[in-house]
Amino acid sequence: MNAAAITAAAGPEAEASSSLWRDAWHRLRRNRLAVAGLVLLALVTLGSLAAVLLSPYGYTAQNLALGATPPGRAHWLGTDQLGRDLLTRMGWGGLISLSVGLLATAVSLVIGVLYGAVAGYVGGKLDALMMRFVELVYAIPFTIFVILLMVFFGQQFWLLFVAIGAVEWLTMARIVRAQVMALKRQEFVEAAVALGLRRRAIILRHMIPNALGPIIVYATLTVPMVMLLEAFLSFLGLGVPPPLSSWGVLIKEGAEVMREHPWLLLFPGGAFALTLFSLNFVGDGLRDALDVRTARD
Amino acid sequence: MLRFLVRRLLETIPLLLLIATVTFFMVRLAPGGPFSAERAVTPEIQRNLEAQYGLDQPLGRQYLAYMGDLLRGDLGPSFKFHTHTVNELIADAFPVSLELGAWSLLVALTLGLGAGLLAALRRNTALDFVPMSLATLGLCLPTFVLGPLLVLVFALALGWFNSWGWYAWSDRVLPALTLGGYYAAYVARLTRGGMLEALSQDFIRTARAKGASEARVLLRHALRGGLLPVVAFLGPAAAGLITGSFVVETIFGVPGLGQFFVKSALNRDYTMVLGTVLLYATLIVALNLVVDVLQAWLNPRVRLA
Repeated sequence: MNAAAITAAAGPEAEASSSLWRDAWHRLRRNRLAVAGLVLLALVTLGSLAAVLLSPYGYTAQNLALGATPPGRAHWLGTDQLGRDLLTRMGWGGLISLSVGLLATAVSLVIGVLYGAVAGYVGGKLDALMMRFVELVYAIPFTIFVILLMVFFGQQFWLLFVAIGAVEWLTMARIVRAQVMALKRQEFVEAAVALGLRRRAIILRHMIPNALGPIIVYATLTVPMVMLLEAFLSFLGLGVPPPLSSWGVLIKEGAEVMREHPWLLLFPGGAFALTLFSLNFVGDGLRDALDVRTARD
Repeated sequence: MLRFLVRRLLETIPLLLLIATVTFFMVRLAPGGPFSAERAVTPEIQRNLEAQYGLDQPLGRQYLAYMGDLLRGDLGPSFKFHTHTVNELIADAFPVSLELGAWSLLVALTLGLGAGLLAALRRNTALDFVPMSLATLGLCLPTFVLGPLLVLVFALALGWFNSWGWYAWSDRVLPALTLGGYYAAYVARLTRGGMLEALSQDFIRTARAKGASEARVLLRHALRGGLLPVVAFLGPAAAGLITGSFVVETIFGVPGLGQFFVKSALNRDYTMVLGTVLLYATLIVALNLVVDVLQAWLNPRVRLA
C-alpha cells in the first residue's frame, strides 16, 4: 500500500479526493507517451501563438510578385501562390483549429454532462425515455446535418462549433449517466438528501464533481474528433469563413496545388496529424491515470 | 428473434419520417432558393419555375405533398437537373459510392483483422509493435491528408496509378486505401484488444487443458468472442465510410453520390438533398440492425430485446 492510499484510507473525504488527483498526476507523469503528447501540444500551441505574434507578415498580406516560394530564409515554411507566408497562416490556422476544438468540446460537454446526470440521477421512466432518445439519435447521420447547417445558414464561426458540439454529446451523456447511477446509491448522497438538499443541488454539487475523472478523459478524446470534423468541413469548403483559415482550409488549398508546391500540403497536414497524435496520447494517458479499472486497449 | 426484427423494423419507420421532416423544414426555412442563384432568370420565369415545382404553395401543403410522394417511393424531380428525377440521379451515382464503400470495407477488414490477429498472437514482439504503431499513425491521418499523400507518392512520383478518375480497375486502389485506411487502423486495434481479452478467459485455458491444438483454440474458441468489438464497430464504421466518401470522391474525382450530395446542398437542390439524406439514413439504420443481429449471433449473452 502506498502513502497516498494510506491517507485515503485514514483521512477525511477532502484529503482522499485531493490525493486521488495527485496519484493520477504521478501516474500520468510516468507515462512517457502522454508526457510527450503534452509537450508537443504545448509546443504546437506556443508555436502558433509565436507565429501569429512575432511574424513580420500579416496572414492576409499578399505578395503576388513573390508567388509560391519553397521554404527559405525569408519565409521559413515558404509562401502560397498569393505570396502569403505559410508559417503565419499556419499559426492563425492552428489557433482557430484548436479553439474550434475546445469550444465545440465545451458545448458537447455541457449538453452531455447535464443530460447524462439528469437521466442517471432521476432514473425510472424519465431515464428510460431519455436513453431511448439517445439510442435513436445515434442512428442519425449527423455529419450530414452539420454539412447542411453550414451550407444553408452560412459559414459562421459560432455556428461551426455549436453545430459540431451539438452532435458530439451522445457518448458523453452515456458515460456520465453510468457514473451517476453508480454514485447515487452511496451514503453521502443519502446524507445530502436527509439534509434537505434539492435534487438540482445534488446533481450539480455532488454527482457531476464526483464523475469528473471519466468526464475529463472523454472530453480530451473528444477534442481530436471535433478537430477532425472541423477540418473535414473545411476540406469540403464549409469550414471557417475566409479570409480566416484553419488547418483544414490550408490542407484543402495545399492538396489542390500539391503537384507544383508540395510543401503547402505537407506542413499543414503534418502539423494537424501531429496535434491529433498528441491529443490521442494525452487522452489515453489520462484514461490510464484516472481510471485504473479500464486497461488500455 | 423474429419479434425483435419486427419491432426494430417498425421503429425505423417513425425515425425515418422524423429525419425526413426535420430535413425538409431545415432546408426550406434556410435563406436562399434553388432558382435565386441563376441571375439570368427574370421574375416571371422564376415564378413559373416555382409554380411548376409547387414552390409557390404554402409550406405545409408542400410538406404533405412531398411526404405523400415519398410514401410511394417517389423522391420528386431534381431542381437543378431539370430533366431528371431524383430517383434517376441516385440510381446513377449510388452504385459507384457503394462499390467504393465495399472496396474500402474489404481493405479495412483484411488489413485490420490481419494486423490485429498477428499483433495479438505475437504479443510484445516486433510483429506486435510495428503494425500497432502504424495503426496509431493511421488513426491520426485523416482521409484528406492521407488521400493527397497517396496521390503524391503513388500517382505523381511513382506513376503506378492515375491520380484522378474512375475508369480502369486500378482507379479503385487509391480511393479504397484512403477511405479504408483509417478503419483498418481502428479494426486492427479492436481486434488485438478483443483477442487478448478473449485469450485470457478461463474457457481458453480449459480448451488448452483438453489438448486442443493452438490453431483450434484460436479459430474455434477465441475468435468468436475476440471479434465482438470489431462487429460492434461495423455500424459506426459503415456510417463513417458513407460520410468519408464525400471527401474521397472529391479528391479522386469519383462520380459517386457523396460528391453529388455536397454539390446539391450548395445548389439548394431541395429534393436531391432530401432524397440523399433519406437514402443515407435508411442505409445507416439498416446496417445498425444487421450489426445488432450479428452481435447476438456471435455472443449468446447479448439478448435481443
